Amino acid sequence: MPKLNPGNRWLARYAILVAAATLGLIGLGGLVTSHGAGMAVPDWPTTYGYNMFLFPISQWVGGIFYEHTHRLYASVVGLLTVILAVWLQFRAADRRLARWGWVAVGLVIIQGVLGGLRVSLMKDQIGILHASLAQAFLVLLSLLALGVAPAWRSWTSHTAGFRSPSLAVTHRLWLLTTVLVFAQLLLGAAMRHQHAGLAVPDFPLAYGRVWPPTDPEFLQQVNAARIDTRDFHAITANQIYLHMGHRALAFVVASLMVISGLRLRRDFGKRSGPGRWGTAWIVLVTVQMLLGASTVWSNKAADIATLHVLVGACCLTMGAIGTAVCRAALRFPSERRETSPQSDATSERLHVPATLGVQA
Amino acid sequence: MMRNLKFVAGSILCASLLSTQGADVTGKVTLKGTPPPEKDLPLDPACGKLWPNEKPKTRFYVAGADGGLGDVFVYLKKDGLKSDVPAKAALLDQKGCEYVPYILGLQTGQKLLVRNSDPVLHNVHATPKVNKEFNLAQMAGGKDLEKTFDQNEVFVRFKCDVHPWMFAYVGVVPHSYHAVTDKDGKFKIEGVPAGKYTLVAFHRKAHGTEDKAVTQEITVGDSAVSANFTVEAAAQ
Repeated sequence: MPKLNPGNRWLARYAILVAAATLGLIGLGGLVTSHGAGMAVPDWPTTYGYNMFLFPISQWVGGIFYEHTHRLYASVVGLLTVILAVWLQFRAADRRLARWGWVAVGLVIIQGVLGGLRVSLMKDQIGILHASLAQAFLVLLSLLALGVAPAWRSWTSHTAGFRSPSLAVTHRLWLLTTVLVFAQLLLGAAMRHQHAGLAVPDFPLAYGRVWPPTDPEFLQQVNAARIDTRDFHAITANQIYLHMGHRALAFVVASLMVISGLRLRRDFGKRSGPGRWGTAWIVLVTVQMLLGASTVWSNKAADIATLHVLVGACCLTMGAIGTAVCRAALRFPSERRETSPQSDATSERLHVPATLGVQA
Repeated sequence: MMRNLKFVAGSILCASLLSTQGADVTGKVTLKGTPPPEKDLPLDPACGKLWPNEKPKTRFYVAGADGGLGDVFVYLKKDGLKSDVPAKAALLDQKGCEYVPYILGLQTGQKLLVRNSDPVLHNVHATPKVNKEFNLAQMAGGKDLEKTFDQNEVFVRFKCDVHPWMFAYVGVVPHSYHAVTDKDGKFKIEGVPAGKYTLVAFHRKAHGTEDKAVTQEITVGDSAVSANFTVEAAAQ
């Protein structure tokens, strides 16, 4: 395999760091929503009238702690993203990577403004958009990190040897599953930003039944008997439908994740990088299902609910990377033929697709 | 002769004043059944220091020993019923990291003062559906916030996102004929003009929405009117 020069190795490591930092930011954002602290700092971009970077630490109390640290951490991620874009601009062999780096900068700016507008305009809908865009931003950064990572070059060189005829189906399955994971995350964001707490408080049943009642009398009884220290909105029929939709889609998505993970193992081999990726995806969705159930059983405990969000983001990112691996493997032969029709199998393994890569 | 005339004129004046002041509507709201147990508030360290002895609980069902139900918003309803806007502002305080009172009545256009009596900062976040939402910082020892609401709305929710267990509800009606039951479930609406009204008793938790509140038709004359209500606790 061609060796990356030390500078590019550092770029790859840095890109992974930015993606990891973004995952951390999603976790912090999850904590903000889980603790109901999204509006704890009523002004933006200032914090209680202070320049946000000068807000006294002694005042980081209660919900302010979550919201303010989220804002500060987001500023750091914004700065890291700009540095990544500049670095890619000078070091990425594929100019598309450099362009996507600047797209990431644009997204992080939009994301910051959305976060500010959610506070200034006091709209939950903007919160849903903010949470969803965060997931898309993580996927983009992860793919950028993948594009410059040495592991990617290793994996794509492997794919020539292990490619199976059914890979096109596996690719489509991974793509479909990843899109559904994203849809599931949107449903989850919509549920969380309703600020209604748990619309259905038991699992696997729902109010002791397979499908819960949603008539007005039942809802009034449920809301009247609901005692919580947080002032959640009253549960409505729509919230119950949303909750049940999230549960139903969870089973569909989990099944698809298991099937697509197994297919990746079969197509690339269990011990290959992609094969292990497929195994990890299956493990992750198992953890995610347990976390989803635990979120209900713990009455939506903030830490567990946030972990559920984080693992959901990991599922999406892994899905996007798995899809990219399948796609690269599918494209590999044609690109290989165009560039070096006479090469032998060994040199084929060393080939790095022109779509992703850095200057070696 | 002159003294008799003065006496008659004074009596007429007093009678007319009494007539315009109207009668009182009093009564009691009783809770039927056993409400779900209240929960301890998850105070943070700064707020915990403000409660060195007894720790506060949620205040969904405030019931007295004899079954009286507190924090029920009782008010009159009648098409076109209005009254002069009181010059005195209503006060919503933040004390011990709780809103006090929990339920408050307010007339449209009446000034509402929101005070921070705590040594910690709060954010005052009103989340009405009809009136205009606002979310304002209020530092420890900061000056009172002044707000009014233009539209009828029962209830406007107030919350503090810094301390997410803090909330209060303000019932905004177009007149001053409203009251909130005390811890024994008793209420008194003063100076109601003669006429027929619907008397509404709305418990935020038990009834949920205004259309589920309990009502009585009453006729107010020269003397005080009494009206009692029963509110059923939620089945657990």
